[in-house]
Amino acid sequence: MKAPLRYHEFDKDISGCGIFGVIHKKRGLIPGHMPSCAMATMHDRGNGLGGGFAAYGIYPEQADKYAFHLMCETEGALESAREVITKFFTIHDSQPIPTRKVLAIKNAPIVWRFFLTPKRKGERPTFRDLGEEDFVVAVVMHINAKVHGAFVFSSGKNMGAFKGVGFPEDIAEFFRVEDYRAYIWTAHNRFPTNTPGWWGGAHPFTLLDWSIVHNGEISSYGINMRYLCENDYLCTLMTDTEVVAYLLDLLVRRHGLSRKLCSKVFAPPFWDEIDRMPPEEKRMYTALRATYGSAMLNGPFAILVGSSKCLWGLNDRVKLRPLVVAEKGDMVFMSSEESAIREVQPDLDRVWMPKAGEPVIVETEV
Amino acid sequence: MLLTPINRNYHDFKIDRDKDLCINCKVCVRQCSYQAHYWDENRKKVMHDNSKCVGCHRCEALCPTAALNIRQNDSEFRTNALWRPVFIKNIYKQADTGGVLLTGMGSPVDIPIYYDKLLLDASQVTNPSIDPLREPMELRTFLGAKPDRLEFEKGKDGKPILKTKLTPQIQLETPLMFSAMSFGSINFNLHIAMARAATKLGICYNTGEGGLHPSLYMYGKNTIVQVASGRFGVHRDYLNAGAAIEIKIGQGAKPGIGGHLPGEKINAKVSETRMVPLGSDAISPAPHHDIYSIEDLLQLIYALKEASEYRLPVSVKIAAVHNAAAIASGVVRAGADIVVIDGMRGGTGAAPGMIRDNVGIPVELALAAVDQRLRDEGIRHRASIVAASGHRCSADVVKAIALGADAVYIATAALLAVGCTLCARCYTGKCPWGIATNDAELAKRQNPEVAEQKLINLIQAWSHEIQEMLGGMGLNSIESLRGNRDKLRAVGLSQAEMDILGVKHAGK
Ligand code: SF4
Ligand code: SF4
Repeated sequence: MKAPLRYHEFDKDISGCGIFGVIHKKRGLIPGHMPSCAMATMHDRGNGLGGGFAAYGIYPEQADKYAFHLMCETEGALESAREVITKFFTIHDSQPIPTRKVLAIKNAPIVWRFFLTPKRKGERPTFRDLGEEDFVVAVVMHINAKVHGAFVFSSGKNMGAFKGVGFPEDIAEFFRVEDYRAYIWTAHNRFPTNTPGWWGGAHPFTLLDWSIVHNGEISSYGINMRYLCENDYLCTLMTDTEVVAYLLDLLVRRHGLSRKLCSKVFAPPFWDEIDRMPPEEKRMYTALRATYGSAMLNGPFAILVGSSKCLWGLNDRVKLRPLVVAEKGDMVFMSSEESAIREVQPDLDRVWMPKAGEPVIVETEV
Repeated sequence: MLLTPINRNYHDFKIDRDKDLCINCKVCVRQCSYQAHYWDENRKKVMHDNSKCVGCHRCEALCPTAALNIRQNDSEFRTNALWRPVFIKNIYKQADTGGVLLTGMGSPVDIPIYYDKLLLDASQVTNPSIDPLREPMELRTFLGAKPDRLEFEKGKDGKPILKTKLTPQIQLETPLMFSAMSFGSINFNLHIAMARAATKLGICYNTGEGGLHPSLYMYGKNTIVQVASGRFGVHRDYLNAGAAIEIKIGQGAKPGIGGHLPGEKINAKVSETRMVPLGSDAISPAPHHDIYSIEDLLQLIYALKEASEYRLPVSVKIAAVHNAAAIASGVVRAGADIVVIDGMRGGTGAAPGMIRDNVGIPVELALAAVDQRLRDEGIRHRASIVAASGHRCSADVVKAIALGADAVYIATAALLAVGCTLCARCYTGKCPWGIATNDAELAKRQNPEVAEQKLINLIQAWSHEIQEMLGGMGLNSIESLRGNRDKLRAVGLSQAEMDILGVKHAGK
């Protein structure tokens, strides 16, 4: 799309972070207590300006519906959002997200959830040509950009995000995270250096059933966002995580790249490595770098990506941010620090540091 | 006295000869191709005529006793903000000759240099800078059309196999190339030097519009052959000799006009290479007479692709003019794999001064506008962008890449590397440094081996500096800089300028 006027005049968010993720390969349910304890161990990796969780498998009764989590500044904003949603979706359920009062959490927005099925193409007011997933993305972006004071912070099926301004353990208490049981959790603790706390700016960042937690600063942001704009994604949050999320959506969902290949776009092998590969592989990686150079994530990062089937960890190609992986039975943990894993699972079968740029992709077996 | 032209005393330079140091060895007499120094038989000493000096500094460099100093002539006209000396002198000259004022090299006039108003970023605390001496720092660049996506299929062992076939690309080990300087405008010694340097560096040089001498075909992998309006030296083998074919539509130093290589420069080798008669003027028409519109360009692009059996990318070079963005968009849609944008500070062997100093726009603005337009239209991947004209140092190159260029063409800098002093008299064919001349005696002043090494040194030095700057910004690969305008900040530019360049003001 054509870049909006003064699209270069953004104020980018800069932050350091702690991340944690866990997956049960047999879809055994893990209580919310575990990620929240792990994050509490990494308290010092944040500064109380952002914490959050994403959980998969938490709405088994409504598993076929899109679960929209909204945060709204006022009742009015919630009503306006509801009006927009009604035009595009059939609402099956609409309820406040259960919370409790927590001393450390101030100025919480109204948090609400809807369980939805999209209207058929002919019944939609706009976006009639879009396939189901593109349609959901379009409506979410529409609400976030146009409905003042309302923000959709997760929109996948049988999953949800819980996040806000505060330390993760306080956010967990606020959202009663211990009441949920999930087969994948991702969690995030944030150390922003320049944004005043905004609940929507906390992580995980989600899009459909993707959830992304990220520790790092993407130095290639300036070109990544322009490349995304060419491909019709408008960055509005000005965080690195948003860029990662849209790139994932573009490469994996729209271009059909495997997670492994997508990892190689984000953190490509060095040319001298490529030069030593067998011809066919060399041709592939050369094409991958030449074609997707603008999607490369340059700069220090460790990312965890959750989706309904998979937990996926990735480091930058010179490993400038920590990432540890550990196994215990059917569970695989990924974290910024080993201490966080040991805190919730002292006896581990295996612990290792993935190599720079080598993705760790763990899929559910059932 | 009446017969003395007005001009006689208003020359630009003054030769300052230290009488105590001069040993009358006559080196300067032999070195000066303009006869500014001469042996005075009566006085038995070396004398000079200031009015003949072009300020090339050849004598000064070679004088064994350092007796010479070439200075600006300090005779001054009455100060006048409107009638500055250059205009006064030009009028005197034209009143004498009735001709177009010819000049050479890039424009010396005060056109804004946006590179000087753009500053680069560096990492502090929140992300680490990277040390190129310890970590890989990649500059490899591919020029050519890219697909908008890649498709893969699963191989027998479950590994992915690339299904998409990429169109031909040029591989560069560093995002720099030697820009078009035709054989004829500069001599053969420098063509060999450029060809060998490009080969050793893993980059490309451009033949310019003068054809390619058969003895240089062996460097084809690192050669871009040019097809310009004069079609000099263009034939089937030539088109297939290089790594890419470039159609020259325009040149930044003289947009909208053709070229003229005077007959004096056409010696046997040039004549053979250009396929023009010995000693006859070689005139390139202003337009290509088979391209009067964009669809004609499309036909030529595909004619060249056919002629080279789709093995080579086709590049189109345009001068940076007012509608560069729209023109470049048309050029990409017409099938060009590479678009070269040549700004108004670009050099030339010969151009009318009025054109050189007044026509066109600075490359920074054109480059930024073209890159943005191609992205807005979703076709940026369909062509690489090469920026050319007046890139003086590695920081200019880094800024050009951050604005959106894939690579940068350098020519003036390459000539400086082999000794050019920017005297701007390239059109005379008497280049005292042996560059823009085919006079055998003068051309001898360029030793191909020495020139090759100087060119290699220059590109290596710039590449190291680019690596340092990249690492400082926390990047370890050039593709993360390309189009990354967030790495640039403007100082003292207007809102309109910043909007076109797509950069924020420093402090924001
Ligand atoms: S080269 Fe120097 S020393 Fe020799 S004649 Fe000229 S000025 Fe005198
Ligand atoms: S190439 Fe020769 S004639 Fe042209 S500016 Fe340089 S020194 Fe002068």
